[in-house]
Amino acid sequence: MSAAMSFQPVLLWTDLLLFLLLGSAVLATLHVRANPPLREAWRRVGKRPTGMAAATILLAFVAVGVLDSLHFRPLLPAFEASSADVTPSGAAEAAAAEAMYSTEVLSLLDHLLAPLRLHTEKTYSAPFAAQLFQREAMELPDGRQLRGYPRLVHGAAHLQQPESEQAADIAQRLARAAGQALLAWLVIFAVLASLVWRGSGLRWGEIARAMLSARTVLAWRAALLTLGAVVLIVAICLELAPLYHVFGTDKVGQDVLYLSLKSVRTALVIGTITTLVMMPFAVALGIAAGYLGGWVDDAVQYLYTVLNAIPGVLLIAAAVLMMQVVIDTNPQWFDTAAERSDARLLALCFILGITSWTGLARLLRGETLKLRELDYVQAARAFGVKTPAILRRHILPNVMHLVMIALVMDFSGLVLAEAVLSYVGIGVDPTTISFGTMINMARAELAREPMVWWSLAAAFAFMFVLVLAANLFADVVRDAFDPRRS
Amino acid sequence: MFAYLIRRAMYAIPILIGVNLLTFVLFFVVNSPDDVARMQIGVKRATPEAIERWKLERGYDKPMFINTEATGSARFSETIFFDKSLRMFALDFGRADDGRDIGQEIRDRMGPSLAIALPTFILSLGVSISFALLLVFFRATYLDFWGVVLCVAMMSISSLFYIIGGQWLVSKLWALVPISGYASGLDAGRFLILPVMISVLAGIGSSARWYRTIFLEEISKDYVRTARAKGLSELAVLFRHVLRNALIPILTGVVVVIPLLFMGSLLVESFFAIPGLGSYTIDAINAQDFAVVRAMVFIGSVLYIIGLILTDLSYTLVDPRVSLQ
Repeated sequence: MSAAMSFQPVLLWTDLLLFLLLGSAVLATLHVRANPPLREAWRRVGKRPTGMAAATILLAFVAVGVLDSLHFRPLLPAFEASSADVTPSGAAEAAAAEAMYSTEVLSLLDHLLAPLRLHTEKTYSAPFAAQLFQREAMELPDGRQLRGYPRLVHGAAHLQQPESEQAADIAQRLARAAGQALLAWLVIFAVLASLVWRGSGLRWGEIARAMLSARTVLAWRAALLTLGAVVLIVAICLELAPLYHVFGTDKVGQDVLYLSLKSVRTALVIGTITTLVMMPFAVALGIAAGYLGGWVDDAVQYLYTVLNAIPGVLLIAAAVLMMQVVIDTNPQWFDTAAERSDARLLALCFILGITSWTGLARLLRGETLKLRELDYVQAARAFGVKTPAILRRHILPNVMHLVMIALVMDFSGLVLAEAVLSYVGIGVDPTTISFGTMINMARAELAREPMVWWSLAAAFAFMFVLVLAANLFADVVRDAFDPRRS
Repeated sequence: MFAYLIRRAMYAIPILIGVNLLTFVLFFVVNSPDDVARMQIGVKRATPEAIERWKLERGYDKPMFINTEATGSARFSETIFFDKSLRMFALDFGRADDGRDIGQEIRDRMGPSLAIALPTFILSLGVSISFALLLVFFRATYLDFWGVVLCVAMMSISSLFYIIGGQWLVSKLWALVPISGYASGLDAGRFLILPVMISVLAGIGSSARWYRTIFLEEISKDYVRTARAKGLSELAVLFRHVLRNALIPILTGVVVVIPLLFMGSLLVESFFAIPGLGSYTIDAINAQDFAVVRAMVFIGSVLYIIGLILTDLSYTLVDPRVSLQ
């Protein structure tokens, strides 16, 4: 019965944590809606055009990351055939029940991008190229040998004469993509305008005009313009990527656009889960040290001074090297290669978290020291409220904005750090696709003449857009939540 | 003041012990020497004899904490903990996997590291503070706005991009300086100028923005208004009042890294093939030479603690209200 399933869902640890994070984001949204001061703070974020624009781009990246986090193992082709015409006879049933799933773990994004993923060439090819980047010996139909640039198997394969037809073909497809993008954008605009219009008591046209001329409270125009750019890029990729290698191919012939999109998830995981795993420590220890004082304070301060004393990269290096030994000596823990590299990714998040919680803990300790002297906390203590209740009811809500700010501020730094760490050799597993591994692989080819620049360019471009959006968003969030800055 | 320094130095001891214990746990308890040996030799070729030989060559064949077979003080000194961890307090780091003395290697490599880190540090401090002051002078104008945008854009670019791009543009396309390498003496300048420039450029974005925030916070205070009210020019206000008063928060972040300059920069040194401590560390990490990584962790933490003490000392220099007792 269940044997007819054509895939087996796989929940990697980082998937779980990522969905946990998404879930808590939804809960937090509900909480914010019910809480006027918080709603007001977020409204301040939404009023800033940079905030809305950055949030739009970040959401696009998150969408890619989420699609890439729904993992499954496809049924092996041999069993797919047998399960298609399943007979009620016992033998076939048993065979199907024992169905073998591929050891290759795919994600929904892999599935959607199947043309990109499977269109591999032999080796490097430049963006939009029709031929391989390297000369190779080719056999002509009459049996003579010739050294030349062979045609790509997939890139521009639909063209007979690439040199003469390519420009017209690309132009035509670009025009079509622009049309589709415009259409999609109009639909999204209509939906958004209707959402804003609902219950406003104004006419729909007025709302739409106000949104376009930036007369709304929230900076809808910035969001819509950014969304237009995102939709346009997506449409262009949808139109061109199945036929050309838009960003070229890498050394083993994989499409660079595909690699870049896959890297987004790794970056998001490192940027968010690191903060997620360190937050409980930082909050608990920071608040406890600040509120309780005495030996607790001494112990916590000692702990973070020790951790701070070790240069970050070295502590990470030491911990990652050790973690790698653990992973390598226990291969029986992991069913698939994806699970093993996921374990390393998670370990990296934990290690980065351990080295970076000290800053937030120190900040929270300082803030709690201030809060505990405030009248309402003193009053609560005088009324005999128990310490845990005071911490939960009076201290925690008043330091949460610091946690929020730290979460968004750390993100961009972590994404950048991942690339550097992977270069140093202490980052993600070499089989995990990430910006760092992309750069690392491309770096060796810089000395070539002519230069292979496209993998680097794509990795840096994606990373720049992601980090810039995160930085801008973090600034706006900090301005909105930091009481000192309003 | 002297008593204060002594006390601070005493505080350092428990911290160093903590660092030592942490690295010991990481390197010897999370993974037993057997695991490490098996991985270094290669899982397939790791016979029990090969593992024993590997451990013997590197001195990992002793017991962890207490040697029950020895007598007297040797009960404690003939152990891995004593050999590999406690000896570091005497700056005895033992030998790397290639048999060279780590202490000697570190002394040799400090020079090149410093040759690149010190100019970088001074230049980037100067450039960032000047840029931040410029932005603050033109605050609330388009220059300020676009300056901040530039800072945010610059800090959003990966440092790898600065290095790779700089090498490509300056060394390859314009062929102005060698791509990488190092020479001792005055000849080094040729090799140092590009890495220093790139490091300065890569750091401007975040530090200039940070200094700008500090200056802006300072500029909204009452004494600045008073200074303006008594007729000082804006430039005089900035340099004579704002800059000097902003030194305390600036020093907090800056002085602590000065001793760490000895450690060099991992990325820059490795990209430009400069034989400093940074590239030494990277090589050790890539070769999984744990003895070197342990030594660098220890030195790093010692230098960090020196940095903390220097920070306190620097406060007394810039703020007459601070005195160390």
